[in-house]
Amino acid sequence: MSKSYAEQFYYLMKLGRVFELRAKEEYMKGNIGGFLHLAIGEEAVHVGAVLGFGKGDIFVHYREHVYALARGMEPKYVMAELFGKITGVSKGKGGSMHLYDPKFNFYGGNAIVGAHLPHAVGAAYARKYTGDTTGVLASFGDGATNSGNFFEAINMAATWQVPVIFLCENNYYAIGTRVDRASPFADLYKKAKDYMPAVQIDGMDVFEVFETVKKAKEYVETEGKPYFIEALTYRYEPHSMSDTGDYRSPRELKIAKDKDPIENLKKKGLEKGLLTQEYIKFVDDKVQQIVEEAVEFALNSPEPPLEELYNDVFCEVCIDVIS
Amino acid sequence: MLYREALNKAMDEMMEKDPSVVILGEDVGFYGGNYKVTEGLYAKYGRKRVIDTPIAENSIVGTAIGMAIGGLRPIAEIMTVNFSLLAMDQIVNQLAKIRYMSGGKIVLPVVIRMPQGVAKQLAAQHSQSLERFFASVPGLRVFVASDATTAYYGLKYAITTDDPVIFLEHTLLYPEKMEIEEEKNFSPYRARIKKEGEGITIVSYLKMLHDTLKVVPIIEKELNTTCEVIDLCSINPLDISTIANSVKKTKRLVVITEEPKTGSYANEIINKVLEEVFYELDAPPLKIGSEDVPTPYNRTLELASIPTPEKIASLIIKWGRKHGI
Repeated sequence: MSKSYAEQFYYLMKLGRVFELRAKEEYMKGNIGGFLHLAIGEEAVHVGAVLGFGKGDIFVHYREHVYALARGMEPKYVMAELFGKITGVSKGKGGSMHLYDPKFNFYGGNAIVGAHLPHAVGAAYARKYTGDTTGVLASFGDGATNSGNFFEAINMAATWQVPVIFLCENNYYAIGTRVDRASPFADLYKKAKDYMPAVQIDGMDVFEVFETVKKAKEYVETEGKPYFIEALTYRYEPHSMSDTGDYRSPRELKIAKDKDPIENLKKKGLEKGLLTQEYIKFVDDKVQQIVEEAVEFALNSPEPPLEELYNDVFCEVCIDVIS
Repeated sequence: MLYREALNKAMDEMMEKDPSVVILGEDVGFYGGNYKVTEGLYAKYGRKRVIDTPIAENSIVGTAIGMAIGGLRPIAEIMTVNFSLLAMDQIVNQLAKIRYMSGGKIVLPVVIRMPQGVAKQLAAQHSQSLERFFASVPGLRVFVASDATTAYYGLKYAITTDDPVIFLEHTLLYPEKMEIEEEKNFSPYRARIKKEGEGITIVSYLKMLHDTLKVVPIIEKELNTTCEVIDLCSINPLDISTIANSVKKTKRLVVITEEPKTGSYANEIINKVLEEVFYELDAPPLKIGSEDVPTPYNRTLELASIPTPEKIASLIIKWGRKHGI
């Protein structure tokens, strides 16, 4: 593991955490509406996966701010989307759950659990069809592995032999239902192991996530077949801002927080000489500044003009006639 | 030529022209299609372009969306419209909304083809018309192909446009003999006047259009008037101006669809006409549709549940006499 990777991990994980904590504040102030799903505690999975994956199409669930930031989408445009402003990545029409940018091969932000899994399979099919062997990444939560979308998608990916990495973020709760109350077994990688190679890893360790996803990427691209990873992680916050989260004990939360992925990275990085106190301090200050600027930008951005209501439903320049 | 061959010809020509056009669905490839619409295409274009899928309607549409994101122009065949209900999340929540939610950044040129309607004794789960569901979803174009001409040009248009299109066919039309009438500038968004007339405007599409045309001479003779019959190719958007102009002339409107009457798409057509030309009407509009029951298996009951040519004629004649034609 190189120093520069460790530094990138730290920068992006910290950026994600500060961004989301700030988004939470803005939500409380009423500047962000609707649902806001925070990924605090899960940053190692999001950042490790995006960096380990590298080039290719990414399809994510609705808890996707950190994925988007790790992918390179600018914090100010992401924050502006949360604020519903015209300068947002989706012109304020998608919101927190629907960040899209084909420039970064980033295809949502999907708010129907598991619905993006067949999209990833189709995209991988299309890439393969055009002679492009690049893999596709689809990430989803533990709850999605109980859905028809999941079983249909792994079945099709394995039958068609397309290079998709299925990354399951097992944070143990589908809103308030613990994983073992909705599935006959809690080791979710077992659901895929007859279809494709499937592993379970520590999702609180960014190095492990990075290495596993990197290896999976090499596998799917060399073999042209899918791969399954279950990353065990934890969300510190409730499911969304409208959830109380009282189905989890303070003790359970403390155990999870003791394994905090950012603290974990800091400790390991310093021990191994991959990070320095100076760098950590530099990043801590820098991300505060970036996030403050993002909030300023979002606050000062204009609302979408009313005529935007009718734009983007259909193509603006449609073909007229055919013969 | 058969109706289904017109559909096949449209796909064949588009696939030959554009290598990004692919077909996917249950039995569409090796088997040749359950209604033979894709017959011969597997042999010609191979399994990469005519893709056999598992029985997983939701993910047939879902993977088609992904294929479009990856740069292809997929035509997904759902074996019959009845099974599209399993794909409603992908159709309604995904296909119709992603362009808008992404601020226009993601374009999904996906066609979903499927036959609908009551065939013969297939019972309730295989005998439905569902256009009202699709036509009421913002973000979807909804086409209905009543004959070989609209099947051929309409499908070519659907494959070419960047908008998602729900393309509805009728099971009973597949083996019907028809010819493609050559057209230079076909637009699915123009309603088609199949027959001109002065006394009654009749709007219909798919099989009901043919059933209506069969009995128009009887209606005209009995009521001593002439009927203007309008076929629709697109039901969303609806070419309301062609219909409204006709009604301004005839002063009377009949809408015939195969859906059960409650909540049918005919209601939408009538409502739009009323908004435009209410004061021009000499009679209340007449809606003809199926009875509000699940389609029965028994043939006698089945026929009693749907509009037939005889019923269409007698209902219009009765209505015409009641309202002074």
